[in-house]
Amino acid sequence: MRIPLSYVIKRIGFLIAVLFTAATINFLIPKLAPRDPVTELINQKIASGGMTSEGAKEFGDSLKKLYGLDKPLWQQYLTYIWNMMRFDLGYSIVNYPQKVSTIIGQTVYWTLGFVSVSTLLAFVLGTVIGALVGWSKTSKYLSWLMPPLAMFSAIPAFILALVLIYLLAFKAKAFPLRGGYSTTIDKDWSNPKFLLDVAHHAVLPGLAMLLTSIGGWSLSMRAMMVTVEGADYMTFAEAKGLKGSRLFFRYALRNTLLPQVTALAMQLGLIVSGATLVEGMFSYPGIGNRLGGAIRALDYPLIYGIVFFMVVGIAVATLIVDLIYPLLDPRISYGG
Amino acid sequence: MPRGQGFKGFLNYVRRNPAFGAGIVLLLLLFLFSTVATLFVEKDGAYPLAAMPKQPPGGEYPFGTDSVGRDLLPTLIYGTQMTLAIGMIAGVIGLVVGTVLGFMTGYFGGIFDTIIKFLVDVLMTIPSFLLLVVIASSLPNPEEMSVLTMGLTLSIVAWVQPTRAIRAQVLSMRERAFVMMSKLSGMSGMEIIIRELMPNLMPYLAISLAGAVNGGVLGSLGLQGYWWWIIEPVIVIALIFISFLLLSIGLDEFANPRTRRTV
Repeated sequence: MRIPLSYVIKRIGFLIAVLFTAATINFLIPKLAPRDPVTELINQKIASGGMTSEGAKEFGDSLKKLYGLDKPLWQQYLTYIWNMMRFDLGYSIVNYPQKVSTIIGQTVYWTLGFVSVSTLLAFVLGTVIGALVGWSKTSKYLSWLMPPLAMFSAIPAFILALVLIYLLAFKAKAFPLRGGYSTTIDKDWSNPKFLLDVAHHAVLPGLAMLLTSIGGWSLSMRAMMVTVEGADYMTFAEAKGLKGSRLFFRYALRNTLLPQVTALAMQLGLIVSGATLVEGMFSYPGIGNRLGGAIRALDYPLIYGIVFFMVVGIAVATLIVDLIYPLLDPRISYGG
Repeated sequence: MPRGQGFKGFLNYVRRNPAFGAGIVLLLLLFLFSTVATLFVEKDGAYPLAAMPKQPPGGEYPFGTDSVGRDLLPTLIYGTQMTLAIGMIAGVIGLVVGTVLGFMTGYFGGIFDTIIKFLVDVLMTIPSFLLLVVIASSLPNPEEMSVLTMGLTLSIVAWVQPTRAIRAQVLSMRERAFVMMSKLSGMSGMEIIIRELMPNLMPYLAISLAGAVNGGVLGSLGLQGYWWWIIEPVIVIALIFISFLLLSIGLDEFANPRTRRTV
């Protein structure tokens, strides 16, 4: 089946509208907090003795001018939209004079690495377990897997991270406590020793994400599997005398995978922001940790930049899902 | 459905469907525990300066006290109760709104569907951590917010995820043959949604409710910033999740009558 061009155009129009509205809302939300990042930064500098109060006032005024924070809100908004449209993310307030795009570039691959691996692994394992548990012709003992998995999925990932750090890093000393790589090794991506060290550091944060998300995938898969097994076409296929494996793979799995794949695409869109708190626990050099810090310090340009980056990721993921959905499920037609 | 009436009918039903029964019993026990415990422990100890700070567990303070002089036993009991209440309010509102919107938009489509989908897509992009920090810093004193206000605040975003998930399920289900049959037999759209689609998605809705309550509990922890409350709520959330899982397994027979057992 071909994708009609009018549908694609309509869908891209929708995408642009979503991007624009999301950018507007995400501009306004941090402004709602009755706080002033510049004053907070200056107070910090004065407290640490790095500045006198007169010098601080001057510094603060120039910072506000530099970031346009002295202008009325509508003017700031127009500048913001104009900059986002040109992908000009500006400079961080707290880490001045670092560029926001540089910060994103330096941190994003750390997050993409361990979060995408753990997301995909959780999806595959969870879906397989859920499908086997839901399928009535498998061993009943398999369903004993569900309560522990459900329990793990109820625990927030960053709490599990804390437990893992305590047990496996602090007590057993099998893994490093924090960071993305050892400072004792040269940061050289062509050195296999460094790569191994990076992988070693990524195990615990990845495990925290993996264990807490397997449950969700298997629960939804199991529920869908049970529903599909009760459908009339399954009874008919069984009555035709088809083999169990064919029933399972070609009939049941094909129909149940669909919502799973949709959810996976959404999850992939959220990869960038999904691990904010876990990264914080490990002081991991990823983008989520930077976003967490930026939100706490109300570093507007950094928040806007990372959130914009993320919004584009989610919007593109949604677009792809909507475009391939009817290809996966012929029962759904390209409507609106 | 239960044979016979009243409690006896229910007992008969539970004997045939033990998972459903176990889920209900577990939920009741949790509810009883959180209410009964408050009858025996005074709330006064849960405030700062109520006790000697930093006392180790034992004797007068079975759980010890923290650095600002809170007796940890009542703090945990009342904290868990409040946290759960907030989670329940946000979760139930989130799921009810999500179910209504998900079914209506998924089944009927049209301009209403486009608007809701647009809203959901936009709201999905707001990082919840950002929202929590902003809300927490806008409130004069988050500790004095009532349980209801906090639950309602969280329900502003709690409906987004369920709406999206349920809509996707309905989209795929409305094209099934049995829906066609119901349409041909002259059932109205609402009838089809309530009598045909809802029972089929029951197990899914039960699990979504658990997820929504869970989200509410986590959100309230973020709002209050009371991190020392976390271990007990986490255990309780895990138990709630398991009881909803059992309920969901018990509800399977609505979606797939072939799993129905007889005694």
